[in-house]
Amino acid sequence: MTSFSARLLTCGNRRLWTGLAVGALVFLVLVPVLNLAVPVDSALHLPNYMVTLLGKYLCYALLALAMDLVWGYCGVLSLGHGAFFALGGYAIGMYMMRAIGSRGVYGNADLPDFMVFLNWQELPWYWFGFSQPWFALLMVVVIPGALAFVFGWLAFRSRITGVYLSIITQAMTYALMLAFFRNEMGFGGNNGLTDFKDIFGFDLALPSTKMGLYLASAVVLGLAFLLARFIVTSKLGRVMMAVRDAESRVRFLGYSPTAIKLFVFTLSAMLAGVAGALYVPQVGIINPSEFSPANSIEIAIWVAVGGRGTLIGAILGAFAVNGAKTWLTGAAPELWLFLLGALFIIVTLGMPKGLIGLWAQSKARLFRRSAVTEEKEARHA
Amino acid sequence: MLDDAMPTIDMPAGPGVLAAGSILYLDGVTVSFDGFRALNSLSLVLAPGELRTIVGPNGAGKTTMMDVITGKTRPDKGDVLFDQNIDLTRLDESAIATLGIGRKFQKPTVFEHLSVFENLELALKTNRSTLATLFFRLSGQQAEQIAATLQRVGLADKARQQAGSLSHGQKQWLEIGMLLMQDQRLLLLDEPVAGMTDAETEATAELILDLARDKTRSLVVVEHDMEFVRALGAKVTVLHEGSVLAEGSLDAVQANPKVVEVYLGR
Ligand SMILES: Nc1ncnc2c1ncn2[C@@H]1O[C@H](COP(=O)(O)OP(=O)(O)OP(=O)(O)O)[C@@H](O)[C@H]1O
Ligand SMILES: [Mg+2]
Repeated sequence: MTSFSARLLTCGNRRLWTGLAVGALVFLVLVPVLNLAVPVDSALHLPNYMVTLLGKYLCYALLALAMDLVWGYCGVLSLGHGAFFALGGYAIGMYMMRAIGSRGVYGNADLPDFMVFLNWQELPWYWFGFSQPWFALLMVVVIPGALAFVFGWLAFRSRITGVYLSIITQAMTYALMLAFFRNEMGFGGNNGLTDFKDIFGFDLALPSTKMGLYLASAVVLGLAFLLARFIVTSKLGRVMMAVRDAESRVRFLGYSPTAIKLFVFTLSAMLAGVAGALYVPQVGIINPSEFSPANSIEIAIWVAVGGRGTLIGAILGAFAVNGAKTWLTGAAPELWLFLLGALFIIVTLGMPKGLIGLWAQSKARLFRRSAVTEEKEARHA
Repeated sequence: MLDDAMPTIDMPAGPGVLAAGSILYLDGVTVSFDGFRALNSLSLVLAPGELRTIVGPNGAGKTTMMDVITGKTRPDKGDVLFDQNIDLTRLDESAIATLGIGRKFQKPTVFEHLSVFENLELALKTNRSTLATLFFRLSGQQAEQIAATLQRVGLADKARQQAGSLSHGQKQWLEIGMLLMQDQRLLLLDEPVAGMTDAETEATAELILDLARDKTRSLVVVEHDMEFVRALGAKVTVLHEGSVLAEGSLDAVQANPKVVEVYLGR
């Protein structure tokens, strides 16, 4: 264990730890202070809705991080990660539905409202256990993880790669969407799960609960970032990159790309599930549209915009694209999809390394210029 | 333990008997691509500790033979046995690599985005399981082993450089270095000196002879460069249209009229 913590310390350089500390300061100190301590009429006050919005972005960032691990490092372009996110969301949603108890419209202590409405007499077996928080939290990672494991095992073992893998992951999320739309599935059909009252005994309507969920999202993102960083700086991380760049060559060294991709894909799906579970209590609803294939494609765009295979780029990309989306859907909603498409084309053609790459490039250029001017000045002197 | 896990051939008097004492045994191996026979009833036996050179015109099937041995291509027919009784046709690439067969590809393939050092680190003989790889820490002894290999393949000053930035010849060397790190019992080298200068070629020949000297490993070297083949001074097998045309010393096969015809006839 001591060697483990030593390894953890070496997984980042000073810049990384500084960056992480700054991030913690902003999200864990500055935001709560601006929201809670600064008077409401002050220009610096951060309104409650902004806290929840930031909380949502943090969940997207966690989702993007999960995507970067499997795509940016392992070369597996999953276009079904929205499904894992949604399943994590449904798992926590089922707990929150059960927690409503007899406070629903129909006042049935055992059945959620939509089941009473469908004239169901008893709870389906797969809802058992979800009244227990620990069970629901376990399912948040177990269900997406199990699906990813089985799906990945079938796909990677048959050596399905590249665009074929992307297509079948799209098909997977699409199939799940159709299934969850059906009322008979027992997940609220079209409307999904909503009208939640509280989570782990905390009233969801209270700003303090919202702040708590926001803070939890920030902390979990930080921990997930460290975990991801630990993995990508390990020897496994280098084998993952080797799989990404020359999969068949890795086999001849005796590694099993199937096992490696399966591990990363499953872990990534679990992280996506956690992101969904943090997201749903903050937005108050989960419905089958979260499974829509377009959602999963959007995740890939966040990562591409931020910069693949850098972890931090995925987080930046999620914030940047979703920030733009929030702003534009307010200003000109009909333009959003066009902009997203254009963004994708610009990034793939013009900036293959995303925002992170752009930043590194401009820094390099700046350095070169200052070196040149210094040289000139030196000559003149 | 290994023997339990590996499927073995249990025919009373089949290839097992003929394969006795061999490290590699190919018999009647046929591979067709859309009807075209890249290997046509190829047979070849390699003794433990042997160094063998394989020559043959373009398209003779040399690379395909290595594909079959390393599990990349499944033969339509024929026996491929490693260490007398391990049936390689039933194993996949990583299982075969773990058994002790290493390969250098015709087109040098190194991991371009990793450093030279990291390329060697990945090749280092260690537990290949995912979790062991995740928690792997390089020991001092292993670091020394990498440093020694870097020295041996002349890349000591390039350890931190990205492998993608190496010259063609240097990539060949790095790939040979990766083979050394794996500490395999059978090494297959597909055109190891292609794209090398004369001096580099000479150094490579010395390295290969050095590897073959203590007879702890067996080597199969495919090469077009006859100077190089001569420098190795080993038994030569000539492949042509997917089967063995001649076998013997270099002088003997060069004097063989069938071989002369194949080489001059095109
Ligand atoms: N995957 C494949 N599909 C179809 N044909 C193939 C395939 N691989 C090899 N061949 C054909 O099989 C024949 C043998 O190829 P191979 O690469 O083994 O030759 P080689 O002896 O290594 O030649 P060279 O000296 O040019 O490397 C060639 O005619 C080649 O075109
Ligand atoms: Mg060849």
